Amino acid sequence: MIRKLTVTALTTLALATGGALASEEIHTEDVAFSFEGPFGKYDRLQLQRGLQVYTEVCAACHGLKYVPIRTIGDPGGPELPADQVRAYAKQFEVPDDSDGAEPGDTRPAKPSDHFPPSADPKAPDLSLMAKARKGFEGPKGTGLNQLLRGIGGPEHIFSIMEGFTGEEKEEAGTTFYENTAFPGGWIAMPPPLSGEDVEFADGSPNDLRSEAEDVAAFLMWTAEPKMMARKRSGFVAVIMLAILASLLYLTNKTLWAPIKHKAKSEDE
Amino acid sequence: MSGIPHDHYEPKTRFEKWLHQRLPIVGLIYDTIMIPTPKNLNWMWIWGIVLAFCLVLQIVTGIILAMHYTPHVDLAFASVEHIMRDVNAGHMLRYIHANGASLFFLAVYIHIFRGLYYGSYKSPREVTWIIGMLIYLAMMATAFMGYVLPWGQMSFWGATVITGLFGAIPFIGESLQTWLLGGPAVDNATLNRFFSLHYLLPFIIAALVAVHIWAFHTTGNSNPTGVEVRRGSKEEAEKDTLPFWPYFVIKDLFALAVVLLLFFAVVGFMPNFLGEPDNYIEANPLMTPAHIVPEWYFLPFYAILRAFTADVWVVQIASFLTGGIVDAKFFGVIAMFGAIIVMALVPWLDTSSVRSGRYRPMFKWWFAFLVVDFIVLMWAGSQKPSDVMGWISLIAAAYWFAYFLVVLPLLGLIEKPLPTPKTIEEDFNAHYGDAHNAPAE
Repeated sequence: MIRKLTVTALTTLALATGGALASEEIHTEDVAFSFEGPFGKYDRLQLQRGLQVYTEVCAACHGLKYVPIRTIGDPGGPELPADQVRAYAKQFEVPDDSDGAEPGDTRPAKPSDHFPPSADPKAPDLSLMAKARKGFEGPKGTGLNQLLRGIGGPEHIFSIMEGFTGEEKEEAGTTFYENTAFPGGWIAMPPPLSGEDVEFADGSPNDLRSEAEDVAAFLMWTAEPKMMARKRSGFVAVIMLAILASLLYLTNKTLWAPIKHKAKSEDE
Repeated sequence: MSGIPHDHYEPKTRFEKWLHQRLPIVGLIYDTIMIPTPKNLNWMWIWGIVLAFCLVLQIVTGIILAMHYTPHVDLAFASVEHIMRDVNAGHMLRYIHANGASLFFLAVYIHIFRGLYYGSYKSPREVTWIIGMLIYLAMMATAFMGYVLPWGQMSFWGATVITGLFGAIPFIGESLQTWLLGGPAVDNATLNRFFSLHYLLPFIIAALVAVHIWAFHTTGNSNPTGVEVRRGSKEEAEKDTLPFWPYFVIKDLFALAVVLLLFFAVVGFMPNFLGEPDNYIEANPLMTPAHIVPEWYFLPFYAILRAFTADVWVVQIASFLTGGIVDAKFFGVIAMFGAIIVMALVPWLDTSSVRSGRYRPMFKWWFAFLVVDFIVLMWAGSQKPSDVMGWISLIAAAYWFAYFLVVLPLLGLIEKPLPTPKTIEEDFNAHYGDAHNAPAE
């Protein structure tokens, strides 16, 4: 037992210095998104571009079933005007729930409907993807770097878009694509973006990197649509509590002063 | 109701006298908030108020969340997203409730370790300590069941793993597990009963909290010196104490405001830091997550559970002696619950005649190790199982038991404590008197 204890202690020391505790290495690039940090805000135009990338590329397979379409017109989001939201909704077909509709009938979506679920059953729903993945968990799995960089969900999505090496392999009839950001290194999704996949109306750059950043930002918004309201509430709470704490500090000091003064005079 | 002599409520007006003869409720409130409190309490004595606030915060936010939540396996996850997206301020309510659980546990751990350092558990406060341990157990049950409600992957698989522990009990385990779950696996029946119990238990906690306060109001608060308040006369007692209102209410409220400032910074700016990303994936009984981890506040005990594997000699001896009835899994379960039981029994395990760790030179070190040990266990519980992690957990778990079962009983016999102040007044005056008179603490 004692010998084994010593061996363990030495091994621990060796590991602590050598840093060999790391799990499977995945590469997540730290992108400087506009919404990071307490002061960070969504970039409305970037969310609109991301929405376009999602609609023209991702939506072919992936759904956003928890996201009501109307919210793309909400403050703190892509903020499309109401007529554009109505026009946007019409492109999706949803099950018809009106009186007299046959099972299987569909109708064009309205803003009050949600985005459709994934068209490809193997493709995961993307509504919450930016919160369901972590990009940063170091050092040594303690997650402390998340304090500075955040959990890293949108960075993970960005890194997946950028992480394809071009290698492919076939296993049990499924093609896997090598990806440096995916745990295990091989992903079943073919590279969705290659650059110039969409044309932005305002002429914004549409290289792979820009598209990946835009869609990652958009998916952060779908996962956390109330982020800006939340940060605002956070600031109000912190400022009010700072004022309250200062007043209580002074009250407490004044209240205890005679008691502490008495202690001082008695001690002399 | 305290044994410390002090002024009691005297009804003055005719209405007060009328009410007091029929229901002495004003007197009860008066005696409770005017209770004589040792005037030398330091900042470690503020966590009780933080905990009381947490309980109210969790109940209030929880009741509102329950108005919008649907306890059904097909709807629960979507109803949480409905709260996050459509309910007015729903995202704040849910993040406050989720992070509120973390604040609750942070406060309870500091509160418990404060009690362990200053010997607050010692006679005559054993009952306060035991009630506190019951509150802690009820908190763990409530938090565990609450974590299942969003019906994410970690909710489902956490529930599967933890209820599986009951399945490890010999002979009755499997039937017990089925009875707890309401079926052969975690399913709709489980979700419904967890929702029901998650709503019920906080009110039981509230009742236990009332008893906890009643108990220490009967014995009087402990204090950093561990020296009792003088009770010979009211004048004597007043030299050692101050009424709870306003002196400690204001002090505690100031501390609470500072704690809440930090809490709302977390809620506002990084509400998912303490959560697990996997819980944003809807529960899927067919897909096990790569790494099932409990919430941070369960990690130390989870590490103890995992520490006792089949190749540890105590486990092998236990297995041999019981003819295989106590296997590694059951041993781990016993160790996990045992770790809390030894802590609950600490009033009878600590043999030292001195209460406060301040006057115990050897105890201080062992206690510091216990705090480090707790943090090491927490970290080990979060790591993927491996040989090294197994050994670290085992050593740390062994120290946890050794502290309560060996160190504390022996220290009382071999340690030579420092002289304690004669009175609380003396300690208070030394602290707030001239700097050169203050003890080098």
